[in-house]
Amino acid sequence: MAEVILKHLSKSFGTDVALDDVSLTIPDGAFVVLLGPTGAGKTTTLRLISGLEKADGGEVWIDGRNVAGEMPSQRDIAMVFQQYSLYPHLTVRDNLAFPLKSPILRTPKSEIDRKVGEVAEVLQISHKLDNKATALSGGEMQRVSIGRALVRDPAIYLMDEPLSSLDAKLRTDLRVELKRIQANLGATLLYVTHDQIEAMTMATHVGVLNEGKLVQFGTPREIYENPNSLYVASRLGLPRINVLPADIFGNVPHGTTQIGLRPEHIRQGEGLNAVVQRVEHLGDQNRLHLVLNGHIITTIADPASEYEPGTHLKITPNNPLCFDASGDRIR
Amino acid sequence: MAQIIIRNVRKEFGDFTAVQNSSFTIEDGEFFMLLGPSGCGKTTTLRMIAGLELPTSGEIFLDGEEISQKPPSQRDIAFVFQMFALYPHFNVRKNLSYPLVSQGMPRAQVKAKVAEVAEILGITGILNRPVGGLSGGDRQRVALGRAIVRDPKAFMMDEPLGALDAEFREHMAEELRALHDRMNATTVYVTHDQLEAMQMGDKIVVMNNAVVEQFGTPQEIYDKPATMFVADFIGSPSMNFLKFSGKIANGATEVMLGDQMHAIPRQMQGAAGDLIYGVRPEHVILSDASSYRGKVLATEYLGTTQIVTLDTPNGDIKARIDSAQVARVGETVGLTFEAPKVTLFDTATGLALHSELNSEVLANG
Repeated sequence: MAEVILKHLSKSFGTDVALDDVSLTIPDGAFVVLLGPTGAGKTTTLRLISGLEKADGGEVWIDGRNVAGEMPSQRDIAMVFQQYSLYPHLTVRDNLAFPLKSPILRTPKSEIDRKVGEVAEVLQISHKLDNKATALSGGEMQRVSIGRALVRDPAIYLMDEPLSSLDAKLRTDLRVELKRIQANLGATLLYVTHDQIEAMTMATHVGVLNEGKLVQFGTPREIYENPNSLYVASRLGLPRINVLPADIFGNVPHGTTQIGLRPEHIRQGEGLNAVVQRVEHLGDQNRLHLVLNGHIITTIADPASEYEPGTHLKITPNNPLCFDASGDRIR
Repeated sequence: MAQIIIRNVRKEFGDFTAVQNSSFTIEDGEFFMLLGPSGCGKTTTLRMIAGLELPTSGEIFLDGEEISQKPPSQRDIAFVFQMFALYPHFNVRKNLSYPLVSQGMPRAQVKAKVAEVAEILGITGILNRPVGGLSGGDRQRVALGRAIVRDPKAFMMDEPLGALDAEFREHMAEELRALHDRMNATTVYVTHDQLEAMQMGDKIVVMNNAVVEQFGTPQEIYDKPATMFVADFIGSPSMNFLKFSGKIANGATEVMLGDQMHAIPRQMQGAAGDLIYGVRPEHVILSDASSYRGKVLATEYLGTTQIVTLDTPNGDIKARIDSAQVARVGETVGLTFEAPKVTLFDTATGLALHSELNSEVLANG
């Protein structure tokens, strides 16, 4: 495993700027998640590192080498795509062994068997090793395609939304599994997703992308608790952060034009009078939609709370985040 | 607007039974969710209410009238599909007025009705635009408008948000629910997304393998699941199932897990054999005082809360705790459970055992 450094990477497709001067260090053994909506530049970043695209400017350093002149096959990376592409005519075992059978690698057979067995064990597909790849469920196929990357021991694993095509339950399980595998192997992993839950739960570091720019990089906790812009604050948190005019509760630093107030950072029972508009019972919590001076505010309450639409409720902010007119944080 | 009663409805396609024997009631003005995994029979149920399929047996009442064998055109129901189909060569106004014009409604009345619906949906400003250039959200609003404009007795919606990306979907879900609150139209909505069902629904029917597993309000279904399937399907992470073998007497208030007694709601039904102690992640408490131990396998940061995966003598479980509380991977911690919220299940039947907690809800089916 190795450290990967991106220096001032830029890439345009025609007039579309896909990536704009991105610099980033992926430490050895880190699980870095790039988070952003469609078109933010996530997949382009992966493709530049892997060599599937050529950068317009900037450098990619893998394990201390500038890889500009290297072919994808020479860069020592393993990639997992959103859509599993297994060899349908091969068994699970042969699919897993395939990358190791490359003539360049010359891996001895006993070593291949050992590796395949080990990875199958980790991914809990040992009992399916002799099945045809097509005889697997969707979740199993995706595990095999992750496994096919894991049998190798590359400088870095690149994963492009590998869980997004799976159903919710399986996604939850594989999140924990993937994180565990990465930690056990001490692997360096760059993972891109638009799913904030995946970013928060798996990453050691999260990079938030907005229109080709890296706008913040830090631990999930730093990004969540200490976002440097309104954009970043809005990317994390469910329900979404409330964005309100600066003066709604009064008393904000000079230059503040809007405040961001997380639903869980609203104290109930004191402050201004809001009206309950709707209550959602999610089981573990109640989500309250309130109206205060014409602004809709979402907050959460205990599932046992009995608010009805029309009820008045006093609320006061607890640690609101302040932002200026351009959306930058005011501290 | 109308009440819809489904009574002993069954649907077979050749040898395959899509819906086994469904009975439930959708009250006038309710936002009603049909929830389940793919292939469970939820869409078939919806299509039978709309008349796009005819039941093999059973009855469907719309506003007191038995309609199960009537053609869709005589049912006065509007259907909104996942892929909203608009007439591409018409502008928004014409798309909205088409259903009325084809019914033979006078021109002035059509104009007034279209204006009213456009106002409700907030699309008055785009009435003269061609539908081709509209954003996804506006297209969907127009599709909804075309369903609303007829003033049908009920709306059927088949995963109308399924094709949208997560962010926009959340926004449209809120808009759709707000629209319902303004119009109070009986709405039947099919989804496989449990969160969407909990968020939007007044009532939920949970289906699995052609069978109605449970029917009730979101909170009832969450707190008092009737079956292991429901307990597992609703909630994220889902309910923890701690496996144990034993005998439970009618009236019991505790059970043996590992080598320790754990309190449970007073049981109103005895059971023996392989059983499940079902507890939601937020009802698992990390407490050093407890001698029931679990080893921390993983932690997942979620902002205010975190999910902790634990290895216990009765299997792996997940706890949802405050993210300020410390849980380190590899450490062993004591665990207690919020007893009044616990449900026991019989593994063989998959059914919840009746107790003080759930007997009222389970008695209603």
